[in-house]
Amino acid sequence: MSEENRWSQALKEILSGSFTRTVLSIILGFLVGAAFMIASNKEFIESLGYILSRPGDALGAAVSVVSEGYGALFRGAIFNAEAETFERAIRPMTETLRLGAPLILAGLGLGLTFRVGMFNIGGTGQLITGMIFATFVATRLELPFVLHVLVAIIAAVIGSTMLGALVGYLKARTGAHEVILTIMFNYIMLYFFTFLLRDPMLLGEERATGNPKADPAAETALLPRLLGDEYALHYGILIALIAVVVYWWLMERSTIGFRLRMVGYNPDAARTAGVSVERTYILAMGLSAAFVGLAAANQALGVSIGVTPSAHANIGFDAITVALLGGSNAPGILLAGLLFGAFKAGAPSMQVLGVSPEVLGIVQGAIVLFIAAPPLIRALFRLPPGQTTNALGAIRDRLLRRGGAK
Amino acid sequence: MKLELRGITKRFGTLVANDSINLVVEPGQIHALLGENGAGKSTLMNVLYGLYQADAGEVLLDGVKQSFSGPGDAMAAGIGMVHQHFMLIPVFTVAENVALGHEPTGILGSLDLEAARKRVIEISEKFGFNVDPDALVEDLPVGVQQRVEIIKALSRDARVLVLDEPTAVLTPQETDELMLIMKQLAKSGTSIVFITHKLREVKEVADIITVIRLGKVVGDAKPDASTSELASMMVGREVELTVDKKAVAAGDVVLKVENISVLDDRFQRAVDGISFEVHAGEILAFAGVQGNGQTELAEALVGLRSTLTGFGKITLKGQDITDRSVRRRLDAGIAYIPEDRKTDGLVSEFSIAENLMINASYKSRFTSGPNINFSSRRDIANQLVKEFDVRTPSADTPAGKLSGGNQQKVVVARELSRNVDLLIASQPTRGVDVGSIEFIHERIVAERDAGKAVILISTELDEVLSLADRIAVMYRGKIVGIVGPTTSREQLGKMMAGVSA
Repeated sequence: MSEENRWSQALKEILSGSFTRTVLSIILGFLVGAAFMIASNKEFIESLGYILSRPGDALGAAVSVVSEGYGALFRGAIFNAEAETFERAIRPMTETLRLGAPLILAGLGLGLTFRVGMFNIGGTGQLITGMIFATFVATRLELPFVLHVLVAIIAAVIGSTMLGALVGYLKARTGAHEVILTIMFNYIMLYFFTFLLRDPMLLGEERATGNPKADPAAETALLPRLLGDEYALHYGILIALIAVVVYWWLMERSTIGFRLRMVGYNPDAARTAGVSVERTYILAMGLSAAFVGLAAANQALGVSIGVTPSAHANIGFDAITVALLGGSNAPGILLAGLLFGAFKAGAPSMQVLGVSPEVLGIVQGAIVLFIAAPPLIRALFRLPPGQTTNALGAIRDRLLRRGGAK
Repeated sequence: MKLELRGITKRFGTLVANDSINLVVEPGQIHALLGENGAGKSTLMNVLYGLYQADAGEVLLDGVKQSFSGPGDAMAAGIGMVHQHFMLIPVFTVAENVALGHEPTGILGSLDLEAARKRVIEISEKFGFNVDPDALVEDLPVGVQQRVEIIKALSRDARVLVLDEPTAVLTPQETDELMLIMKQLAKSGTSIVFITHKLREVKEVADIITVIRLGKVVGDAKPDASTSELASMMVGREVELTVDKKAVAAGDVVLKVENISVLDDRFQRAVDGISFEVHAGEILAFAGVQGNGQTELAEALVGLRSTLTGFGKITLKGQDITDRSVRRRLDAGIAYIPEDRKTDGLVSEFSIAENLMINASYKSRFTSGPNINFSSRRDIANQLVKEFDVRTPSADTPAGKLSGGNQQKVVVARELSRNVDLLIASQPTRGVDVGSIEFIHERIVAERDAGKAVILISTELDEVLSLADRIAVMYRGKIVGIVGPTTSREQLGKMMAGVSA
């Protein structure tokens, strides 16, 4: 292969790869969101009445609504240049980290089952189970600081894992499909949680108000603030970062992950190779729910007000999109979780400007929709089809060798 | 119809699958296209059938240039294709399958199945196919299903019929019947392109042979060319077609099977009270027509299928392994080459290196503690790729991207590099090219010479006769008899039909 050929082949591989597709999907998602913002803008609609005589007005309205909307998102989620002090200017970023942490944690959990060829749709149910356990420890036990947090986190993980493993067990033993099982457990756990929160004898507030709500977690059980009281950001993001590394090690480096992936790709070959496929299903569901359990701890121990039935904040479902966008791998899930965390953080400042924050939900859905349809993206951008060559790898190898590595 | 391919070139990325290939198929001729797996035969036929667009070159029918944008165009022009894997709907009847895609219709577009049935009967009688138009396809034996595919092509007035590896799935008898059908079709004026890598069949049925290697036409040959001549054209070097073997030096009993019975997926008794022994240093071959319990027997020995509880016993080196899991049996000293490498032998998405460790992921030379030992794995993989002559750019290439023969070499490399007492090889050379068959046979014999017990399960009589020290013939789940390696083909053929020795 000539030198020029090699580089053009490498470029083709980059263009046909999933990274390019993901970036383009995100851009397209934002464009779809922009279209919705424009179409729902009052000035733009009014300017349509006289679009032929003064088309500039419509264009101007469109440009201003989109730049205002996404500008607000940026200010609300990353950096607020209009703030008086630097501390306030960077607060949006810390909010993105805070809100992204549970999405990353639950995203890792769901991504794990995707890698094993299963669809855990039960993020919500597992999250709630973890919250039940964590809330019990945080509101009903008295322990010294640090120990109390740790016990509460571990309780959350145990609670979630038990539900996850139960689903895996039912699938392995009875052949019931995990999608049905997990969806039904979502309902069961949500209403069971509400039931527990109504009764002061169980998990409800001691001074019952009639609303399903728990007491605030004990001070000793709260995840401590990470950057002082100025910011709401707490240790949850650190847990998430550690979990990302653990997930990466588990899936890419460990023998357990090797077997998980093997069963995901080809259960028949795994069985022939002596791997118990049934046990792997149970293990995968348990591990998956364990990550979700960390997200549950984040939800139950992150805020000093008592949890309510809606404290799951739809994380169980959002995590599905996080895992899909992140391609079920560790760095991808980290970035996807942060992106969707930014959406959550930026939504209020969009609302202040009169742009409906639901647009972000549309962006989120559109991104994953484009991710799920590679041929669509390829056709839209005329990308080359999947390449079977490895010119990129050859170049990388050569560069590495030249760079001094043996 | 005369078919002509001129200068067909097809590239996939940087790989040239077909390099300016010229081919002329005369009317009424059986033209064999001979080549190893991955030589580019199927690519060429997919270009002809409109599934791929050629990068250069043209297709001519009776001297008229054609341009096909899909199989529909090719069918309309009179080209029919029978794929290696049948394109039939199992729950439809023969007539429904034949009609599918160009259904004869009556008033208001209602389906005229009667016309379809008549067409099936007409074609079936003309060529003596003996196919019932009302039978469900899933109930038919493989050989008959293939005839349905041929009827499907003929019912669309195909005058050039392409058969892609048609004998790969057939028993010897079914193969003979197919040969007769091909000759009849040719006599009636249909041109036939017969794609294969089996030399015996080519010599028996072809009028002319074109050999393809590495995407290029190597040359034409007459069917009276010698087998070794054809083989060396195909592989590009001299090939040993017979395996040199030392005299058998059987040692202690390694595996003892007593009176086991096994159920198949439909809960029928596929293995019915079988007993036998295999000694160290011998190859015991199980011969028989496909579907007489061999597959289930192999799976039961490995532990993938349980034996009927309460009956029978499997003993490996004195240890009772009847109730052990697959993993514990493999650990106890069994290596297993499964019959279907794509579903059971390999994980296509995994690299060659990863595939080499799929049954050694617990505690082995591929692991260190809970981690995969990547550097050790890379070294072992590179060494095995070299030792077993796996043709691949690197050990990191996904197994699914290799040719069939090379995939099988990966499976063989994995199993033979394990230190075991018993090797169970089920159809180890099915769908594998001549060059690789030779290699795999040599390795199996080497295992036996190294003092291991070998069970070979094969439906290819040639393979059984060239490798076996003892031959057990299976028929309907029972062993008809265990005979010596010099037993005649006729005798074995009779036993395969259930007549005991």
